[in-house]
Amino acid sequence: MTDTANPDLAIAIRGVTKIFGPDPQAALTALRAGKSKAELQTETGHVVGLDNVSLDIAPGQIFVVMGLSGSGKSTLIRHVNRLMEPTAGEIFVHGENVLAMSLEQLRNYRRTRVAMVFQKFGLLPHRSVLDNVAYGLEVRGTKKAEREAEARKWIETVGLAGYESARPRQLSGGQQQRVGLARALALDTDIILMDEAFSALDPLIRSGMQDQLMTLQKTLNKTILFITHDFDEALKIGDHVAVLKDGTVQQQGRPEDIVLNPANEHIEEFVRDVNKARAIRVRTIMETGPAEPCEVAVAADARCEDVLPLFAEHQWVGVLDDAGVQIGRVTAKRVIGALARHDSRDAIVQPARLEAAQ
Amino acid sequence: MFPELIDTRPLRRAVDDGLGWVVTNWGTGFEAAAKPLLLLLNGIEALLLATPWWLIIVILTGIAWLATRRWALPGTVLVALLFLGLMELWEDAMTTTALMIAATLTAIVFSIPVGVWMSRSPRVRQFFTPVLDLMQTLPSFVYLIPTVMIFGPGKIPALIATIVYAAPPLVRLTDLGLRSVDPSVMEASRAFGTNPTQRLFGVQIPLALPTILAGINQTTMMALAMVVIASMIGAGGLGYQVLQGIGRLEVSRGLFAGLGIVVLAIVFDRITQAFGRQLQGRIGITEARP
Repeated sequence: MTDTANPDLAIAIRGVTKIFGPDPQAALTALRAGKSKAELQTETGHVVGLDNVSLDIAPGQIFVVMGLSGSGKSTLIRHVNRLMEPTAGEIFVHGENVLAMSLEQLRNYRRTRVAMVFQKFGLLPHRSVLDNVAYGLEVRGTKKAEREAEARKWIETVGLAGYESARPRQLSGGQQQRVGLARALALDTDIILMDEAFSALDPLIRSGMQDQLMTLQKTLNKTILFITHDFDEALKIGDHVAVLKDGTVQQQGRPEDIVLNPANEHIEEFVRDVNKARAIRVRTIMETGPAEPCEVAVAADARCEDVLPLFAEHQWVGVLDDAGVQIGRVTAKRVIGALARHDSRDAIVQPARLEAAQ
Repeated sequence: MFPELIDTRPLRRAVDDGLGWVVTNWGTGFEAAAKPLLLLLNGIEALLLATPWWLIIVILTGIAWLATRRWALPGTVLVALLFLGLMELWEDAMTTTALMIAATLTAIVFSIPVGVWMSRSPRVRQFFTPVLDLMQTLPSFVYLIPTVMIFGPGKIPALIATIVYAAPPLVRLTDLGLRSVDPSVMEASRAFGTNPTQRLFGVQIPLALPTILAGINQTTMMALAMVVIASMIGAGGLGYQVLQGIGRLEVSRGLFAGLGIVVLAIVFDRITQAFGRQLQGRIGITEARP
């Protein structure tokens, strides 16, 4: 590949393969020679966690890796800050080869360039909320007064002001994860890794945290690699989504690309149950070309669910670009068409009474 | 009978002669090396004996109150210490306490680093586990004889025997405590770029502290269990009273001194346990589940 060290990408994952077992290299040779994962597991006891995964993660976006348990998604995210070493492949962060770093460089990289939020929070139970949030800065060697001021700022941002001296176990799950988030944000790294960060939370709290993350992202503009098993969550927060299954990438693209054109049956299964009105944005389904200005208009990245109520009053809804210029329009028909793209012919029955009348 | 396949006499003679050679050639060296231990023990003993009895009662009762913030434990401690005083066992009890404290302090200095080392390397653990088993199961008289030959009867062999017997649980519990720290917390710490020292002192030891404290509690108890044997080779204290009671068939002397040992054990056991519980509550070993 020519762009292996493309510095324009925040994170470039190139052909990463991870095999667990006593002799991963031998297993890798067997895998490359065409042995299936199931054969490899029954014959030699090696488990293929990731198989030739490549991802391009542009700066400033929320990149979601979605997969069910055992798909390798948590293994994948741990390769970015080298909590795990790949069996084969390369990882570049802003063009720098992460795997070539010495131990000291790696520690420095973890201290200053990538922060991580964990599913199980990973808070230090013997420290107060303030000291937990300041932990990363403390490891980095920031002076006490400075790091505490920084920590207080982020505790307030995530809405935990007043809890500075509480211990993690005195907080609810959602509050604990806010501490985890504040701890990662306090490091002010341009990359944040979030490993199923909201999966352990109750649905309402999870939704609140997702909203908070998206609001924060608007001002912070960080590169966020987000792992989840929840397809709805992936569609809601992701600028870009990759679906992982059995250690391989099944499909990647913008959320609506995946919803509108699922690449295979596995993804179609997810798409069937998903709230498409939330996933599809008007810019993908609008009619372009010259049209007279509409009475109401929405932004190009508005979601279908935001537009639907407008059709009660209006036939046309305009679509505006960032500058406020109308670039297209949508109709109720178009929206319904997009939402109902998937096979509903089975549901059609001939009206019996009409037939009889004929 | 098992057939006599090899002649063990030369082997035994070699061991005996070897020990004899060590005693004549290195005896003074060993004694000099053990000098700090003796100074420590004598220092603690002199301090305890120089402190007025009421002050010691006040201090121990106060510690018991700090550890629990209730009056049940301090009450027990007060009654136990008054019992020692009233039964004319005070001085002997202080001598025994000094031996116990000196053995525990020395055990802490050696055991915790060994425990840390074991927790980090399976190979080191493989090596030390049988050594610790040996220290705990080998009848103490077996190693008392050579230590007495090297150091001569007195406090040093008594102290060394006590340490050998009392140190293993602390090593084991340090190792266990460090290894059972929540892996997700350790991983988070690694992800923030900590080095092994930062993880050891910032995460592992604070979280393993209640387990380590349980080890210290075990060490104090086992050290007290050794006092009678230690007194046979010149440690003095309550153990010596028990020994004399046996020798003179004075049941009362043996019984009262024996009860004195029990009382001391109760006092130190309850105090260290209470501190362990307090610590556990303060840091919250497991994170609250979401």
